Amino acid sequence: MYDYLSPAKKVAEHAEVFIVHARRTPVRFEANQLKQVQTKESTTVALRIIKNGRIGFAVGNGAIPPETLVAMAVETVPFGPEAEFEFPAADNYLPVNVFDAGVDDVSIERMAELGLGLIEKLREHTPDVLCEGNVSKQVSEIRLSNSRGMETSYQRSVFSVNIEGVLVREGDLLFVGDGESSCRPIMDCSRIAESTIRQLEYARVLTRLDSKTMPVVFTPIGIASTLVAPLGVAFNGKRVVDGSSPLKGRQGEKVFDVKFNLWDDATLPFQPGSCPCDDEGVPSQRTPLVEGGVVKEFLFDLQTARQAGTKSTGSGRRGGGLPGPGSSSLIIGEGVESYQDILKQIDEGLLVEFTMGAEQGNLLSGDFAGNVLLGFAVRNGEIVGRVKDTVVSGNVYQILGSIGALSREARWVSGFLKTPYILCPGLSVVSKGV
Amino acid sequence: MRDRLSQVLKGHQADYAEVRLETNEVSHITYRGRRVDEITRAASSGGNVRARVGGGWGFVSFNELDGLKDKVALAVRQARLVNRQEGYFAPAEPVVDIVPPEVSKDPRSMPFADKKKLLDEYNEIILGTPGIQTSSIAYADAFKKVTFASSEGSYIEQSRVDVTLRVAAVARDGGEVQQTSLSLGSKGDFGVVEGLHGRIGELAKRAVEMLSAPKVKNGEYTVILDPVLAGVFTHEAFGHLSESDHIYENEKLRQMMVLGRKFGGNLLNIVDGAAVPGLRGSFKYDDEGVPAQKTYLIREGYLVGRLHSRETAGVMDEKPTGNARAVGYLFPPIVRMTNTYIEPGDVVFDDMIKDIRLGIYAKDWYGGTTSLEMFTFSAGEAYMIRDGKVAELVRPVTLSGNVFTTLANIDAVGNDLEMNQGGGCGKADQAPLPVSNGSPHIRIRRCLVGGR
Repeated sequence: MYDYLSPAKKVAEHAEVFIVHARRTPVRFEANQLKQVQTKESTTVALRIIKNGRIGFAVGNGAIPPETLVAMAVETVPFGPEAEFEFPAADNYLPVNVFDAGVDDVSIERMAELGLGLIEKLREHTPDVLCEGNVSKQVSEIRLSNSRGMETSYQRSVFSVNIEGVLVREGDLLFVGDGESSCRPIMDCSRIAESTIRQLEYARVLTRLDSKTMPVVFTPIGIASTLVAPLGVAFNGKRVVDGSSPLKGRQGEKVFDVKFNLWDDATLPFQPGSCPCDDEGVPSQRTPLVEGGVVKEFLFDLQTARQAGTKSTGSGRRGGGLPGPGSSSLIIGEGVESYQDILKQIDEGLLVEFTMGAEQGNLLSGDFAGNVLLGFAVRNGEIVGRVKDTVVSGNVYQILGSIGALSREARWVSGFLKTPYILCPGLSVVSKGV
Repeated sequence: MRDRLSQVLKGHQADYAEVRLETNEVSHITYRGRRVDEITRAASSGGNVRARVGGGWGFVSFNELDGLKDKVALAVRQARLVNRQEGYFAPAEPVVDIVPPEVSKDPRSMPFADKKKLLDEYNEIILGTPGIQTSSIAYADAFKKVTFASSEGSYIEQSRVDVTLRVAAVARDGGEVQQTSLSLGSKGDFGVVEGLHGRIGELAKRAVEMLSAPKVKNGEYTVILDPVLAGVFTHEAFGHLSESDHIYENEKLRQMMVLGRKFGGNLLNIVDGAAVPGLRGSFKYDDEGVPAQKTYLIREGYLVGRLHSRETAGVMDEKPTGNARAVGYLFPPIVRMTNTYIEPGDVVFDDMIKDIRLGIYAKDWYGGTTSLEMFTFSAGEAYMIRDGKVAELVRPVTLSGNVFTTLANIDAVGNDLEMNQGGGCGKADQAPLPVSNGSPHIRIRRCLVGGR
């Protein structure tokens, strides 16, 4: 591996090198069968320099020689943002375990068996279901060093299983599915099978709802697809600094329901969103965002923290460009009532398992409208069948500002969000019916 | 290079194998308010090998170009492991060609300082508008060269330059926040992102006006879509359904999508094709080396065609259409759209609107997605239609529906086709793929509308 730091230090006052080497092996299933086996190996080097008080930045994928990468970063410096922070010095990071050597040891044959076994279980329930999905393993090595002598590296392993089943009936498509993601091998797919079979079971009958305002329960998957995106924007330090977050200036204020608690935690062992330090070398932490409905903190990286006059929350994340504030694992605190008891309170309402298009809403104001791709009518406390051609709309801040109930059951969705079920007492539902 | 690759592809024991090598260079500038958020230069070199044995595929992607022969062997081993017997792969003539980039005003020859000066001007227009809280601007230009070689003897080098600009204005009044945006793109022409000062000024003013605009009451409405939004509708509601990889292995979906099925009125004609020069979805060969074509998907309301890779065409016993595309070397090609549009009809706008007592005129694009049967797409700008006229500005809307009923509910197609180059398409983690879409104004009866 080339040395990027030394040549960068020669031309700039400060420099930082972030390298990710990853090997990912996705095994893909189509039409209930194994279809494709992939091996993806990649190396990315990101070079950030500070020269004359400005930030220069370049990224190389593959064998980009150090002098080329340094020249590219230098080229951007005259136009780059002002550096309002310093790179962190060496730190002793608390161990956050996100690596299990067992992930890489799972053979492709075993991964194929896992996926085919899961498909078999779904077909035992519904023989006509046609499944596609992925079982994948990934091992990456992350290395970070800067001109203040900080140098650290860690390994991360991620194993994930995802399945989607489609059932075609005359003039109707039904999509079901679920997934799981962990830093440890997932050798038991029974939870994914059970939850997908439950969807198939509930969807056996097609029913209809009148268009009106009614109680709506969002499942954890429903929350991930409908309510979370605006929160990600509102607590992002960059949005807080530029004033586009509706929560700017409302720290300490009770904005949400007293039952609502939300935090970000990068220190949970074996969660794919965890890490010992963030992508700038700031130690990971648990950051309270909402406590008892009161806005506590926002997520900051080094630059936005300085702009806001506070400290980084260890939330510097990279998605191909400069680091920016981002969440690790978002967790919504659970409630006290059981999910079944919550359903029992509903005379006529909607259970939302998945919406499509809600993230195209106004993420700043929280207004959304989502097509209920998978949702069920609830009557007299019982799930009575699937509804389609239905749009649920509302405002995330109003919904989370007066929550009917949070369930005591909570689960992870795609490895990055843990949430209970949430009951909203009244939301607008428009349905074309069947 | 050609000799080296043909050497690598010899003696591989697969039914078919191919190598793709890619280099790319990207420049990227983003603003948040007055702050430059990021200026990035990125360079990549990498590639992949794909091999087919029967109906199974192996795929290996990499950054290090050494040991290509071993990578071919690994891809073949993985394809064998899939152990799928019957495989179909439609024949295609091997092609040898070198395709230079199509450029008019090449962004690569322009200094960073000039690009930044233009963006600074746009930014000042937004930030100088009373009531505006902040702005966000993202500009990128990308050069990409792909070298493709197959075990059937194809060898193609293709290069392209892609330019994109997204400008957003954010207005705020207490807890109310509204945003308007503009997305543009071109294949190798910086000129497309120049001279937008007037449009950006209006964009900023509209964001402020939206703060006091009412929300639409949710429900079913007659809607008129402008060419930009109708193009997005075409892409989401019908384009994705035309991608054969969604249906080729599903007998029941194939029956649902049988050629000859009536989807809409006689006025409806939908086309996809990369063979038109100068659009963002245009190219000479797709990523399997199949020449670009023009494919009618719907003609006079009837389903007459669909989009194929060589595999989906083989399975369905149809002809490849040149729609196998990969967003980059980390991914295998899959069936994608190119330039997708509704062909113009003969209705003028005034005739389209005059009989609508209460409806919605939805303009411009904010987002869109599909589940094949259901789609949603959202407008950037919307007005009520009252008594045959465009009336007050309302908050942007999301339109949602079932493709089978909605296409049949299109009852007027305008005479004013425009192509929208600002979008990027996402599918199976591969995003954003340069595409364009377009349409004339269209009218849809009984469309589900949700406020946002």
